[in-house]
Amino acid sequence: MFIVKHRNVFFAISALLTLAAIASIGVFGLKLGLDFTGGTLIQATYEGGRPAPEVLTRSLDAAGLKGYSLREANTEDYILRAGNLTPEVRENLPAILSPEGSNPVSIGQLTEVGPTIGLELRNKALVALGLVLLCILLFIAFAFRKVSQPVSSWRYGLIALLTLCFDVIVPVGFFAFLGYAVGVQVDALFVTAVLTILGYSVHDTIVVFDRTRENLRINHDRNRKEDFAETAGRALSQTLVRSTNTSLTTALVLMVLFVLGPESTKYFALTLLVGIITGTFSSIFLATPLLVTVEKWRKSGKK
Amino acid sequence: MWQKRAIALVILIVGTGIGWYVYSSQADASRPFKLGLDLSGGTQLVYRADLTAIKGSDVADSMASLRDTIERRVNLFGVSEPIVQTEHAGTFAGTSEERLLVELPGVTDTQKAISLIGETPVLEFRMLKEGAETNATASSTVNDLFEPAAITGKDLKSAELQFQGGTGQLNEPVVVLHFNAEGAKIFADLTKNNVGRTFGMFLDGVAISTPVIREAIPDGTAVISGSFTPAEAKELARNLNYGALPVPIELISTQTVSGTLGDKAVRDGVMAGVFGVGAVILFMLLWYRLPGLLAAVALTLYIVAMLALFQLIPVTLTAAGIAAFILSIGMAVDANVLIFERMKEELRGGKSAADAIHDGFARAWPSIRDSNISSMITAVILFWFGTSLIKGFALVFGLGVLVSMLTAISISRTFLLSLDMQAKGGFTRFIFGSGTSN
Repeated sequence: MFIVKHRNVFFAISALLTLAAIASIGVFGLKLGLDFTGGTLIQATYEGGRPAPEVLTRSLDAAGLKGYSLREANTEDYILRAGNLTPEVRENLPAILSPEGSNPVSIGQLTEVGPTIGLELRNKALVALGLVLLCILLFIAFAFRKVSQPVSSWRYGLIALLTLCFDVIVPVGFFAFLGYAVGVQVDALFVTAVLTILGYSVHDTIVVFDRTRENLRINHDRNRKEDFAETAGRALSQTLVRSTNTSLTTALVLMVLFVLGPESTKYFALTLLVGIITGTFSSIFLATPLLVTVEKWRKSGKK
Repeated sequence: MWQKRAIALVILIVGTGIGWYVYSSQADASRPFKLGLDLSGGTQLVYRADLTAIKGSDVADSMASLRDTIERRVNLFGVSEPIVQTEHAGTFAGTSEERLLVELPGVTDTQKAISLIGETPVLEFRMLKEGAETNATASSTVNDLFEPAAITGKDLKSAELQFQGGTGQLNEPVVVLHFNAEGAKIFADLTKNNVGRTFGMFLDGVAISTPVIREAIPDGTAVISGSFTPAEAKELARNLNYGALPVPIELISTQTVSGTLGDKAVRDGVMAGVFGVGAVILFMLLWYRLPGLLAAVALTLYIVAMLALFQLIPVTLTAAGIAAFILSIGMAVDANVLIFERMKEELRGGKSAADAIHDGFARAWPSIRDSNISSMITAVILFWFGTSLIKGFALVFGLGVLVSMLTAISISRTFLLSLDMQAKGGFTRFIFGSGTSN
């Protein structure tokens, strides 16, 4: 099996990807969105052409708005992010957004999140992430409770967890880059995407390991002696088509969702897409090769 | 064999029936899908209730009566299918608080929605202080002359318009107040102990009626008789019924999505769904041939079953929910892929098609089970974690995992077995899978 044979190449690729992702997170940082920080987001649509940014800025300043950011979107929209609005500003919003009444405006979307709700969601997201990791750890331990020869079950679990970390770091790094490139912010949907990736890619890894487990049992029953690298490599090639095909159908629908789907779930679909490609990559090129390497270490340690 | 075929036929007929039901309910819009605010357009408001003046044991009651009051108020303005619910929250923000969630489909003017709920009159009862002059109200403030009475607007059960007093045609419009049981008792004591004093009823601090108590009123009703026109009396009764809030509320979060934006999201979502399904089916047909066709049928049945469930449960669809559904379509064929790959292996091992089907299913089952468990874990935790947006995703995703397991395993298996592939011939092998010859 060429993947097992040339595993060092794939380790290098994985390491590079991880480093790139970490660098991206370090350099660009993750921008927390409205859901987590509290504040206001307004999408203003100007069907008859939008006013110049300076005009709008002047009007917003006059209304007493502070620390806001204004961004052009589509061809006739502005996205305005600001702190929480006073009732007066909220009441006069159409007038403020349409200085001197020159550009008729319609408000497509207005979201205002209070600071306590933001804080609550932030804490909840962290708890949810911890809980998913814990449950998946327990699940892996349970799924591999009967495997022991020649690699003990906790090693499978550890490697599955390691690839899981890889599966999360890469999309998060990608998202940090997206935040830098197109100003996407981390919202509740992003957390949802990460948690979904966790659930998805762990099963991909488990399917491959499952096959290794089965091959080991068959070898044992038939009293066949085989190098562990052979057994694991065979499991990998047996599940290769399945892994790629499943991911392919999922990636297909996500690509369609990204290109054609609703605006509000575009980056959600993209994050999932990156996560699912990463997850498939790691369960093919990372998990089993790692298993073989760990087994090699164990053997040489014994001698 | 014939039994298997009969079952397969029944599944097809039932599936078509459900499909027809879903289609016709959309075609004549008799049972439209429930859409979340981000798709239908509308406003969501979240309020924090200020419960500092309420005893801990009364919190639930106060919140329930707050919800009822706001609900009546919202209904009064003719919003279709509004949602008003209380929510205990804040466990994760350090302090706990009681919230009121109001969803107004179709209302896209945020400020109007806020004033629709927020600006509610407060009903107060006061007693004229001993020795103060009633007719001096013009020059002195209300607080100089009146002191709060033991009874409050919270004790009011309802108000109604009545005509009473005069004889014959000269009926005067009055507003009759009905107090609740507790209020009736307080009011009876109050009137008994204060015969001869002036009792004032104030709406938003303005005196609307200041009668003199002539005798004890034990039955828990009071009559406000100003010089009302019938229309004024009617409006007062309405304000009293729908106005007085049991606890003050503060707006902490709003979300408004315009109808046009929502409509576009629905159109885009449907478009992505149609093309997504098409891409998956095309792929399955090209790669797996006959089993791929069966998987496509099973996938169609899965979609039909999910759509029917969306209506029957009913599931409120959001943009995230649609994304979950489309994602689940991509994942639903996973079980089929697992089974078919396993089947092809068994075929390569020299088994007959029928045996390969049996063994393929049996061997693929542990993998299918495990993979679905891990997705279910995520769905359950997301549902718990979620704001309404995420809950929409988690519910559809979890439902999708469960239903797809059912359709992939039982339905594709029944179809495959009902085809009766006993032959070991080349054609059978060809239609059962690519790549089996090598």
